[in-house]
Amino acid sequence: MIFLKWISRIYLICILLFLYVPILVMIALSFNESQLYRIPIEWSTRWYEALASNSKLHSATLNSLTVALLSTCLSTLMGTAVALAFFRHDFRAKRLLQVMIFPPITIPWLIIGTAMLVFFFWVGIGRGLHAMILGHVALSLPYVVIVVSARLKSFDSALEDAAKSLGASYWQTTFWVTVPWLMPGIIAAALFAFAVSLDQFVISYFLAAPGFTTLPVEIYTAIRKGFTPEINAISTLVIFLSMLLLLGVSRFYRFGGRN
Amino acid sequence: MNQRAAILSLITPAYLWLALTILLPLSAMLYYSFLSDVPIGNREVSWTTENYRTFFEKAFYSELMLRSFKLGAEVTSICLLLGFPCALALAKSIRGRTKEALFLLIILPFWSNALVRIFSWTMVLRGNGILEYSINWLLPGTGPLDLMFTYPAILLGLVHSYLPYMILTCYISIDAIDNQLLEAARSLGAGKLTILFRLIVPLALPGIVAGSFLIFIPVIGSFMEPRLLGGRNGTFIGTIIEDQFTAVFNWPLGAALSFIMMGLVLLILFGFSPLVRRLK
Repeated sequence: MIFLKWISRIYLICILLFLYVPILVMIALSFNESQLYRIPIEWSTRWYEALASNSKLHSATLNSLTVALLSTCLSTLMGTAVALAFFRHDFRAKRLLQVMIFPPITIPWLIIGTAMLVFFFWVGIGRGLHAMILGHVALSLPYVVIVVSARLKSFDSALEDAAKSLGASYWQTTFWVTVPWLMPGIIAAALFAFAVSLDQFVISYFLAAPGFTTLPVEIYTAIRKGFTPEINAISTLVIFLSMLLLLGVSRFYRFGGRN
Repeated sequence: MNQRAAILSLITPAYLWLALTILLPLSAMLYYSFLSDVPIGNREVSWTTENYRTFFEKAFYSELMLRSFKLGAEVTSICLLLGFPCALALAKSIRGRTKEALFLLIILPFWSNALVRIFSWTMVLRGNGILEYSINWLLPGTGPLDLMFTYPAILLGLVHSYLPYMILTCYISIDAIDNQLLEAARSLGAGKLTILFRLIVPLALPGIVAGSFLIFIPVIGSFMEPRLLGGRNGTFIGTIIEDQFTAVFNWPLGAALSFIMMGLVLLILFGFSPLVRRLK
């Protein structure tokens, strides 16, 4: 038994190493002097300094954050409402509607992205900020519904009944009783949605307009055109931002279930 | 308060949004897949099934489709082989704070941008890259490895990207297995392997199936990973579809290929549905 325990520990550590190799390489090379990624590494922060004057990456980062922020607000609002409706009411077509929420994560993004490109072009919505927000909200909706519904599972409906019997209206109950209780779930869902949007590449790639790209799209273009360690520097910053977000989520949403 | 009005006001915004971004675009794409050309300006456009016929007539496309499905199956299997033991170790042999910390560590990289991860692999694998450098440092005279722009490079990058999905879904279903059940089996004399294959694997099947689909579906539609890690060897149906929309501008053909791909995925899903139904 002790033997097995050690094997499983060593195995877990190997898997973790495998998962972290590219990230550590990315970070290490962002501090490397050589433009051609020559090793061994010579310490330098020149690529971070170069970032400060790269206006293209600045605007792409700003666009990414704008899209992520706006689509997070919209999808959290709509997704929470849907989760509430599923929790409180039984109605015809409920099963169907529950299934309908999942296509954004069960159809390959390539197909959703190209379909949006075709349709938005056809009806005149076009590409750019508004198109990306349309797409990102649809992608993060399922995640919001799942996370908020998970929190609702442990909600005691007696609280709502009590509020109603004391004379609160439907919406008063919603905003003064249910939503405050749900808040940790809603915040976790919002952080989730934000991370999904910030990392989204495929949909953004098809909906990026010539003058409007996001950071992942800009990184992809840079990789294909021949890249510099500036890309490493900005990617390192993005990784730290994403990880901070995840740690934020873990404050509100218990990973790994019961311990 | 009218119940009907309440339900409608809660769900309408989200479903209108989904209609505009998923349902209508997919319908538009279906419509395009039967057109002879993109209806821009005054171009002559007529109905045709030629785009679908192209797929069945030119071996090139069906071979690529097969290649993509093979890639999907291989990536999924490797993820299962690597991920299941990892989930098992995490769920059943580690406890308390360590468990939560390890769990976070496993999903952290999955939170970093997929593109950034693939980009890092290019720096590890390329000629004179980290891997070659380290191996030649440990075992001088090994020479170049030539891993970059090969099929194994694509496999490695995709497995790395999707492994956390498998660990996550398997972990959730293994974690839900009652320890007392395992104790009972042990006290009745079941060996370790019996417990694993007759008890844990069947009970964890929902997680295995969920993880497999979560990996298989995006992998067959992937185009960024094959392009960056595979170079000239990285032609799959995903890259061909992308080309139709961004380079060749043959939208009808791209749309037809997408629908054929989705149709095949649905067929596979239906093939598995008896299994999925048994799980409920």
